[in-house]
Amino acid sequence: MDLALILSTLDATLRLSTPLLLACLAGMYSERSGVFDIGLEGKMLMAAFAAAAAASVFHSVWIGLAAGLLVSIATAALQGAAAISLKGNQLIAGTAINMLAAGLTTFLGIQWFAQGGRTPQLQAGERFTDITLPFAEELRGIPVLGQIYHDLISGHNLLVYVAFLAVPITWFVLFRTRFGLRLRAVGENPKAVDTAGISVIKLRYQAVLITGLLCGFAGAFFSIAQGSGFGNNMTAGKGFIALAALIFAKWKPVPAMFTCLLFGFLDALQIRLQSARIGGFEVPVQAIQALPYVLTVVLLAGFIGKAVGPKAGGVPYTKER
Amino acid sequence: MNFFAKHLGALAAGVAATVLVAGAALADPAIIYDLGGKFDKSFNEAAYNGAEAWKKATGGNYIDLELQNDAQREQALRRFASQGANPIVMAGFSWGTALTTVAAEFPDTHFVVIDAVVDAPNVQSIIFDEHTGSYLVGVIAALKSATGTVGFVGGMDVPIIHKFYCGYAQGAKAANPNVKIIENYTGTTPAAWNDPVTAGELTKAQFDAGADVVFAAAGGSGLGVLQAAADAGKFGIGVDSNQNYLHPGSVLTSMMKRVDVAVENSLTDSNFKAGLTVLGLKENGVGYALDDNNKALITDDIKAKVDDFSAKIQSGEIKVHDYTTDNTCPA
Repeated sequence: MDLALILSTLDATLRLSTPLLLACLAGMYSERSGVFDIGLEGKMLMAAFAAAAAASVFHSVWIGLAAGLLVSIATAALQGAAAISLKGNQLIAGTAINMLAAGLTTFLGIQWFAQGGRTPQLQAGERFTDITLPFAEELRGIPVLGQIYHDLISGHNLLVYVAFLAVPITWFVLFRTRFGLRLRAVGENPKAVDTAGISVIKLRYQAVLITGLLCGFAGAFFSIAQGSGFGNNMTAGKGFIALAALIFAKWKPVPAMFTCLLFGFLDALQIRLQSARIGGFEVPVQAIQALPYVLTVVLLAGFIGKAVGPKAGGVPYTKER
Repeated sequence: MNFFAKHLGALAAGVAATVLVAGAALADPAIIYDLGGKFDKSFNEAAYNGAEAWKKATGGNYIDLELQNDAQREQALRRFASQGANPIVMAGFSWGTALTTVAAEFPDTHFVVIDAVVDAPNVQSIIFDEHTGSYLVGVIAALKSATGTVGFVGGMDVPIIHKFYCGYAQGAKAANPNVKIIENYTGTTPAAWNDPVTAGELTKAQFDAGADVVFAAAGGSGLGVLQAAADAGKFGIGVDSNQNYLHPGSVLTSMMKRVDVAVENSLTDSNFKAGLTVLGLKENGVGYALDDNNKALITDDIKAKVDDFSAKIQSGEIKVHDYTTDNTCPA
């Protein structure tokens, strides 16, 4: 492998880990506050559809992004209402969101656009295109470092940078602010937080809405940045991979980033290995395509050690009467 | 009471309307689109365009249906057949089992299946020489490529898509014996027909590996390939319908499979001919698309060479191997 090929694989790694990272951080807020969220997939799908639909109707990527974020936040609020206020089972609420999203997006897609559930192809100006960072061209000539800057760091779309910026921000919010302390406390021991006179319900809603916001970015990435339009079920299980990454990273932001990069890397490698031959023997496509998932299982089962989630996770909070 | 009366009235009106619609459908031809949807800008859209052209030319009416899942195949066929629709045209390679069953149940109804072969006295099977059409776009790709590397992104990993690949590879090799061909498939399930994101990533990976022309034989997923090519300033090749207009200047050409012509002819019952019909270069059933959008890309030199290959294939001087005959590819 030469440097250019390595850089191209790493470049694809950044692209492919972006939605995982956004969804993983999204799940972190919710789960740290004690609300298990297996509805990441559904919220991303809703956001992907809303973003592509709005972008294509209003011919603006920004309106698309705004619609994606709003719809995802609204979906999160719905899930929150079921899981927090109505004290429903959190796993069921998440599953319901996933099923709702899969059906509703396809249904509305067929009704509105009559293209078999797809939204129209987005044109220039209706999707996020790659940004060339300052000095990328000038520094290109510098061996290795300049190349890395030009090929790897520069030349991604806005949402990729948003995702990686969200990592230090999440770390800061969760571990260095009063809000973060309370958020973590409400996931460990909600009664103590309640006794201190802070509303558990309000905190959990705040966490779930932030989850919705980040899922909105992840969904928009699929349809108006990486792709150019919505396709049926286009999130393709990434929400569950993100959930696996969250557990693997033990609910911490920086490990979450590295886990998502690892999963993204496996995916990028899979694409490049497809027609690879090992010793004159062609590796079956199916085996290569299964690689990221197999490794996920192996890593989760064998290398993670004990992953203990927030203690109050999964339990709706009820005040004693 | 009032409430019930109102709803009964509505119900009666509904029933009447249904009867009317069913009555009007009698002896009208029917067309059933495959998964992927009527407006997939590719295979199904070609079928739809054919049906619309037939409507315009004859002034007749047709009824249609978009399949939502595999389980609906038999049910849809049976419904149209029992309504009296004739002939019933369907496009897609997954019709074999359903049609074999239903064709036996309705011996007086004519069925036309495009892209699949069903052996029954009341079924006409239309298939295309995709390998010869793909051969021609392979020639164009290899002649246009500056890097000497061309790519192929298939949809679902099934024999018919290998047939496209194999023709493409033979054509590329014929035009440039040293050409390198990168072959990828979007997936192994039907979802691969509608996964432009994965197809786009595969295309980017092929560009990174040196390819500068990529042929997408992937239904709806192909849109991701053409988009990736347009984003990277390289060339994509469309399939089935003429997709040159999607990204003018970046879509080099399209491997046209004249599903529209096949559908238009089939909808007129008098054209029905039971058995196998093969549409190739000679019948204009396959070919490469040349229009205002790609006129500047296909130089006179390329055009002359491609037309030469086309003539040689038609005269039998060049034999293009068909992958589906023995599941191997010489190229």
